[in-house]
Amino acid sequence: MLAAFLDNVDLIIITIGALVGVAASLLGTFLVLRGSSLYSDAISHSILLGIVLVYLISGEVNSPYQVVGAALAGVATVYLSELLGATRRVKQDAATGLVFPALFALAVLLLNLYARDVHLDEHAVLLGELAFAWLDVVPLGPYEVPRSLLTMGIIALINALFVTLFYKELKLAVFDEGLAHALGLKPRLLFYVLLFLTSVTAVGAFDAVGAILFIAFVIVPPAAAYLLTDRLWLVLLGGAALAVVASVAGFHAAMWLDVSIGGMMATVCGGLLLLAFLLGPRYGVIARLLRFQRQRTQAHVLMLLVHLYNHEHEAAAEEESGPPALQQHLRWSARRSRAVIALAQQRGLVTLSADGRRLHLTGRGRETAQRMLDPWERG
Amino acid sequence: MAGLWELFTDFTVRNAVMGAVLLGILSGVLGTFAVLREQSLLGDALSHAALPGICIGFLIAGGRQLLPLMLGALAAGAVAALLVLLLTQHSRLKPDASVGAVLSTFFAVGTVLLTYIQNRQLPGQAGLDSFLFGQAAAILPSDLWVMAAVTAVGLGLVALFWKEFKLVTFDPGFARSLGWRVPVLEALLTSMIALAVVVGLQMVGVVLMVAMIIAPAAAARQWARRLETMVALAAVFGAISGTAGTLVSLLRPGLATGPLIVLAATGVVLVSLLAAPQRGLLWQRVQQRRTRAAIARGQVLVDLLQLARAHGDEGFATEQGMLDAVYGADAHPALRQLEREGLVKPLPPQHGKGTQWHLTPKGQAEARRLLDEGEE
Repeated sequence: MLAAFLDNVDLIIITIGALVGVAASLLGTFLVLRGSSLYSDAISHSILLGIVLVYLISGEVNSPYQVVGAALAGVATVYLSELLGATRRVKQDAATGLVFPALFALAVLLLNLYARDVHLDEHAVLLGELAFAWLDVVPLGPYEVPRSLLTMGIIALINALFVTLFYKELKLAVFDEGLAHALGLKPRLLFYVLLFLTSVTAVGAFDAVGAILFIAFVIVPPAAAYLLTDRLWLVLLGGAALAVVASVAGFHAAMWLDVSIGGMMATVCGGLLLLAFLLGPRYGVIARLLRFQRQRTQAHVLMLLVHLYNHEHEAAAEEESGPPALQQHLRWSARRSRAVIALAQQRGLVTLSADGRRLHLTGRGRETAQRMLDPWERG
Repeated sequence: MAGLWELFTDFTVRNAVMGAVLLGILSGVLGTFAVLREQSLLGDALSHAALPGICIGFLIAGGRQLLPLMLGALAAGAVAALLVLLLTQHSRLKPDASVGAVLSTFFAVGTVLLTYIQNRQLPGQAGLDSFLFGQAAAILPSDLWVMAAVTAVGLGLVALFWKEFKLVTFDPGFARSLGWRVPVLEALLTSMIALAVVVGLQMVGVVLMVAMIIAPAAAARQWARRLETMVALAAVFGAISGTAGTLVSLLRPGLATGPLIVLAATGVVLVSLLAAPQRGLLWQRVQQRRTRAAIARGQVLVDLLQLARAHGDEGFATEQGMLDAVYGADAHPALRQLEREGLVKPLPPQHGKGTQWHLTPKGQAEARRLLDEGEE
């Protein structure tokens, strides 16, 4: 079965994409919730410097040193940014924006100067090439396993373990850093471990999907999941699920249009976020618009009840209590007053006379109006 | 033949440098507002968003003329800015996540379009990916005119709305109370960053453009205390780093311009952070040391007076060991300083005793003055 899987290039590519997505979005959840998600931007750029430096020193492109060196470069970026921000000479966001372009620029320059012949060119670093990921294989027992598949599988496993083992600590560190600190949980250390793992994931992912698309996988699936649910574990699972969906859909779309696979996967991620933003059940734009409409109509029903109650025993009651009066006196459009009357009728608060010209309060309607006018029943 | 070659290089160099100066000025001026309004990283999103815009411009125009590419980048930047604004205001996402999501999605779309164009072998697509890191040598004179026009529009808008932009930057609440349309002004100021990005396309490329928006402004902030000065300085710093980076990149074929410009700008920032008067870190270290010395001087002087008074004689000589015990190593430089000013005098060491110090009449007067000042 494994052999059949390893012969199926499409499935391998999809699996690598999904593994990158799951590994990235598990960590990304906490970065997004903490408001530090742009550090993934900084990290994914500056790992290039680590990779280039290790290459220039050791002459190897795929050594384990490279992963460690690059991951350290990623963490160092964040550390330098925070150090620069702490001098209070520039704001924190500007500090981040100063440090990582500088490190990235240095890396590109070094590549330009010393490493023009290796496969490490800066375009590949930015964009990645998932389509060729299955060509680079390593032996594993009797099988030849694509290197990216193996690396990303291990990294995804480590990330999942980290998130599971430190779930409670991470949760507290994200939502109440002060309390976490007071309880002796070392939130700063935990944050840097999170960043280190993010860097490692970025290094593993950059061959496959490139630096920028890695950011998409870190930020977008958790952000979309966060718009759909309030439970942290659901955000984690939902983010991972969305990343898998994006990998599968992105792959097929890319094959169909003959375009970059990683790019298409990230584009689908963005599309999913847009959908969550518009259609989310509770925080979605449309749901909120509908809720707003409904609440407005409900408020208008109360207004209608009070209006009818106030004029109930007046000489002008006849005139005040018809649908036309609502349009003139309450300045409602015909549509609005129809909607309000319909809702009030449906709730058994008013009745409409047979000729449709006069509204009468029901007992419950009168009670509601009285409660509105005198909520504490002081008479 | 050699003369022809020289002319050619001169021509390239002149174009590239003029482009760099234009870019530096515009990104410095617009970056100032972005940095002050803490929207630095939005610049990153807008510059990455230019990539799909360039590709769409290319697909529509069917060629690599700069103007359609620029218009595409501008439109994409505006859409990206709008999306970030919408996501931030109408969802529970924090600004960083909105920026990051828009940045990565737009860039992903850009990658998709780029590969779409490349895989179809459309005519004239060669070098479209030089917009990733910039290639100053490829700038044509006609491109310069377009870049100059965009720069003029950007600077013109800043000049026209100077008062408004200034107030919106520093006190948007007050601006709102004046009845100004603050959201409109803010949206304008934000989307104008896209103008700088557009001018930087050929010089720096979309990936590193964020540094050109932040670095000159961040450097200028260290030297300036007024918006006017900061804007002017940022423009100068931007132009200088642009020129320096471009010239170095032309030294060797194949060097991408963007990284060199960014490194030059980073250098300017480092120097400013360390050496700028008032805010510079080194400057402040020196200042601190001076203040500490001045305080130690006054304390030693007053203590000498009070010790002497305790002995009923203002000219009484105190042993240095006594002062060292109180001040540690600080006493010695302070005493030397006071001696240079003629406020104290040492007595030569006597048998069994260390150096002793007594106040000169001038020193007594100065110490009394300090003491009175402290008591007031």
